Parts: sequence; structure tokens; C-alpha cells
Amino acid sequence: MNVHEYQAKEILSRYGVPILGGEAVSSVEDAVEAAKRLNVEKFVVKAQIYAGGRGKGGGVKLAHSIKEVEEIAANMLGMNLVTHQTGPEGRRVDKILITEAADIQRELYLGLTLDRAASRIGVIACAEGGVEIEKIAEENPDAIIEELIDPVAGLMPFQANRIAYALELPPEQARQFVNIALKIATAFIATDASLIEINPLAAVNNGELLALDAKMSFDDNALFRQKEIAEMRDPAEEDPRELEAKRHELSYVSLDGNIGCMVNGAGLAMATMDIIQHYGAKPANFLDVGGRANAERVAAAFNLILSDENVKAILVNIFGGIVHCDLIAEGILSAAAQTNLQLPLIVRLEGTNVEEGRALLERSGLDIIAANSLDEAAQKAVAARA
Amino acid sequence: MSILVDRNTRVIVQGVTGAMGSLHAEQMLKYGTQVVGGTRPGLGGTTVSLAGADLPVFNAVSDAVEATGADASVIYVPAPFAADAAMEAAEAGLRLIVLITEGIPILDMVKVKRYLEGRQSRLVGPNCPGVITPGQCKIGIMPGYIHSPGRVGVVSRSGTLTYEAVYQTTQAGLGQSTCVGIGGDPVNGTSFVDLLEMFQEDDGTEAVVLIGEIGGSAEEEAAQFVKEHMTKPVVGFIAGASAPKGKRMGHAGAVIAGGSGAAADKIKAFKEAGIAVCPTASTIGAETVKALGG
Repeated sequence: MNVHEYQAKEILSRYGVPILGGEAVSSVEDAVEAAKRLNVEKFVVKAQIYAGGRGKGGGVKLAHSIKEVEEIAANMLGMNLVTHQTGPEGRRVDKILITEAADIQRELYLGLTLDRAASRIGVIACAEGGVEIEKIAEENPDAIIEELIDPVAGLMPFQANRIAYALELPPEQARQFVNIALKIATAFIATDASLIEINPLAAVNNGELLALDAKMSFDDNALFRQKEIAEMRDPAEEDPRELEAKRHELSYVSLDGNIGCMVNGAGLAMATMDIIQHYGAKPANFLDVGGRANAERVAAAFNLILSDENVKAILVNIFGGIVHCDLIAEGILSAAAQTNLQLPLIVRLEGTNVEEGRALLERSGLDIIAANSLDEAAQKAVAARA
Repeated sequence: MSILVDRNTRVIVQGVTGAMGSLHAEQMLKYGTQVVGGTRPGLGGTTVSLAGADLPVFNAVSDAVEATGADASVIYVPAPFAADAAMEAAEAGLRLIVLITEGIPILDMVKVKRYLEGRQSRLVGPNCPGVITPGQCKIGIMPGYIHSPGRVGVVSRSGTLTYEAVYQTTQAGLGQSTCVGIGGDPVNGTSFVDLLEMFQEDDGTEAVVLIGEIGGSAEEEAAQFVKEHMTKPVVGFIAGASAPKGKRMGHAGAVIAGGSGAAADKIKAFKEAGIAVCPTASTIGAETVKALGG
């Protein structure tokens, strides 16, 4: 789960991370008031959407007066912001952050995320801030400094010191850096974060280190014990179909093809998408009905698939383990009846209670295209969508 | 021959009184697995009747091990408590811990991995179908009947896709020596490399089917190991070639992030290591027959 920049800053400042102050607002009037309260000469107005790359898309603007803040706010609120992370459709800006514009001496990058190979949280830093860390990782991997956090001891001061030395920070800034790194590490563990990115962590005119930007993502699996974080979710930032899927405990990702897929298991769901592509068509979605699929959930899955107007055929691929094929078949039949399904429906059932499941489908009299293997199912679906 | 489990493996079920635990304990018993007991804090001293057997229930794993001589455990407890259960099993000295539970917080698993360092226990999972040596011992949630005793070792990050591979190798008449699901989470107990090493050493395994997916670099590490150490044929498949960047595909681990973890890179690594790559998931059986010279 993601949160907005202003929310990430709120969370981090609670853990004592120095943040450049500001206020998130959703109207031009409030933007003006917020700017007045800041009482500074230069401002930055920043669009609050989940996607990165806002600056290049026109979502981060400098203002030299309250009047300019007003103009920028009027343009930015409600604009459709397109960045390399939003996709071509972009995102509507409903909230903007008004902050002071600091004079920057130097920019650093500081990030925390899981190092999968080490099975530890890694602290990553780089002397070049304000740029894309992925780009640096690719072009100049030696410029990236990493320390792994021992889950028993936490990030230790000597490790934070080692990063500060490697960044060649002067003593006073090194001291501040260590303090900030330790606090961010504490925040990461306490909030079950999956990513914290401070880009840039900047030395401003008086030499003080401040987080000018902040990005936080959280582990969905841990939200049950992070109620406060879970409440920060902004539904406007998420695909409505993906939200609806979550409500039914389905895992759904909308894609741009025209064969709707319903599969049990993430790996098999991907393999099903892949084989559709192999035969020259494109999947309309990823959909894993999960291990506890029942008739209600299958019906919800069908409704999701059908809510996508591009879908021209539906491919159901179930390999029953915990999931029983007869229950899936019942779900398919009731969903097909409820939705008055007109599209070609290709069903491949295998695994637990497969005979009962196939018999149910056959007896129903519905026009279902049965398939006996994944290959056959994919070929029939690709043929049927035309 | 086989790896990890065989007819002598004695298994306890952690969370045996829950819906998942009792259902699968029963399935395991019916398959012929030596399930010797279960745990459920607070219900120690009672029994549960499953598949015609009265299974003793213990408060703690250490009690269960002492009373039954179990050497393996399988965990079906809910995600908030699963990491604790895994550490309890490790503390009790179990040789093998199979963690089925899905949805465990990542930081919990980081802690579990740290706890396992220096201990004798091998953890498989989490978020996995389990381990099975066909005809001998089934630990997990996989449908037993699709397996048959045989020559192919199967290792996979995915559950139902493993069933697909197993079913195809059964239909092809090859059968399986042992099948292991390592799970789809970014932090897991046993890696592809660990299992490739075991399959290479195992006399009963003549070829290995390796099923990976997008995200992380476990497949690249596996390919490196195959290139340097494997003499047995390896057949590979990578799920997620059609997945877009930056979107998580169900599994917490299945996401192409920051340009790494893409299917194309993994397939390339497989090919360079001499792994026979299946163009689609429906050719796993046929490719394995071919790899064995059939």
C-alpha cells in the first residue's frame, strides 16, 4: 500500500526525522492560506499523487510569491498529471502540498527496502540525490552504498556512520545523517514499511540536513496490525476494479487485452496469461481467485471480468488443490446465469473433484467450451475472441 | 530415493484444530504420511479424531517432539501467528519445518530467517503447497492423486503451477522423486539452489523441473548453480512473460521492479545455463521427456 508524500512526511516527522515544513490542501483558498502561514519568500507547490516522476510532468512548481502560489494551485488542482509511472491516462490531482523552497547546497539519496538476496532490510544511500536510483544502480552501481539491518539489533550507529563516511559528509552533517538514518530505520520497522525513500535528503543553506521529499510504501500483509496506516489509503488513487477485487479477497490486475482470465493461483494465472500471448492474443487481466474460492467469489470474479468492456472471451483455468472443481463449476453456472453471459466461455478444470465439476457444467446445457488442457484452453480462447 | 521426506518422516501439525489444519492433517493421513500429533496452545492433553486415528494434541511443539519423536512439522496457523510458530518449531529442533500459511508480514519472515541462522532446521515456505515424496509422504496442501512415484524432481515458486508440472510428468509416465514448493514470498526458507543441490545428490532423481516466476533474482542464482554444478538435465519455465512492469501479480514476490526481475532476463539466464526452457506451461511434460532422452 502506498501513501502520499505529505502523509509519509507526517509519519516520518513523528519519528523525529527533520522534514521541510508544509501543508497539504485541496483548494486554491487553502493553498493561499497555507502559503501565508509558512511566511517565507519562495514556495514549492507539489501535486500529491502516488506516482513518481511528478517534476517532469509539471507536478512540482516553484513560486516566488503568494500570488504565484495561487496561480499554480489553480492550474494544478484538477489537472491530469501524466508521468512515466502513471501510464498515458495520467492521474487527476486532488491535493497539493505547499512547502518552503529551500536553498540547496547538496542533495543525497537515502532509501530503505528489502534486500531479497540477503533476506534483510537494506539501507541504501548515494551521494547523488534527486535522481532516479534505478538509473544509478544500472549505470554506476559502485556509487550505491548499502548496509544490512540485523533484525535483532536494528540499524546500529556504526553502520550509519560508515554510510556517512562513504558519502564524505563533513563531521556536523555526518552526525545529523546518523541521527536521521537511525530514526528512519526505527520508523521502517515500527510501521511495517516495505519502502522508504528520501530523495533528496538535502543539506540546505545553513548546512542542516532535511528530507525534502518522502515516499513510503507498506507491506499489505502487515496492515492488520497497522490500522492507522491502513486508514491512510486513498481510494481515489487506486483502480476501482482492483479495489472491488480486494473486497472479495481476489487478486486482480487490469491489463489491456481482450481475453478475460479467471485462474486459481498466482503462478498458474501468470502462466495462463503467457500462453494466451504465446498464441497471439492478449489477456484482459490477471485474476487469482485464491485457495478459498467459493460460488460467491467466483461470481464476483465474473462481474469484475465483465466490467471490462474490452473482454471478448473468458478463459477459466482451475487446477484444484484446496479448491474443489465442483464448487467452482457451481460458481461458474450461477455467475453465468446472473450475468446473462453472452461471451464465449472456455473452461478447463483439473484436480480435486474434477469429474463432478465437469459433469455439472455438461448437464447445465449452457454453451460452455470445455478444454482438457491448458494448451487446448488457450487455443480455444484465442479462436473464440475473434 | 528422495529428498527431505520419505516414509520414515514423522510429522506434527501446528494448528491441527483449525479448519485448514484438520482438513489437511486428515488428507495427509489418508495419503499415508506418518502424522504423529498436533499442537494447539490451550488444548494440550486432548485428541482429535482424523481419518480413523486419534491424534494427540500438545500445548507446545517441544512437548510434541518429546512425546512423539517427530522430526518434521507443518504449519497451518493464521498469518499473524505463523512466524512465532516457525520459530517455536526451530527451537524444538525439528529437522524440517513446512510453512504453508500465506500473508505473513515480510518483517516477520526476516526475523524468522535470522532466528534460523546457526540452527539445524530447514524451513520450506512460507506461502507454499509443501513437500511430497509420492507414495511415501505428503506434507502440505497439494492434491495427492496427481503425483506418482518416479524420476523427476520438481521445485517451484508457485502452487497450482507446480500441480500443472506434476500432472504433466505423471501423464508422461515419468513420475516424481520429490516435489517442493518454495513459495511465492520475497523472503523464504529454502531457495532453488538449496534444492538443486539436494536433487543433484539424490540417486532417485534423474532430471529436475524448475519453475520460476517474475520478481527477484532467485532464478538467476539457480541458473548460475546449474551451470556450475549440475550434471542432471534441468527443464525450466518462467511465469509472467506477459506481466507489465511495476504491477504485483498476486504473489508478494512477483513484481518487476526497477527494471529487474523480468521474465526475459530469467529465460536468458536459464538458456545460458543449458536449462531446457519450456515456451509455455503446457509443454513441461514433453520437454522433460525430451531432456531424459525419451
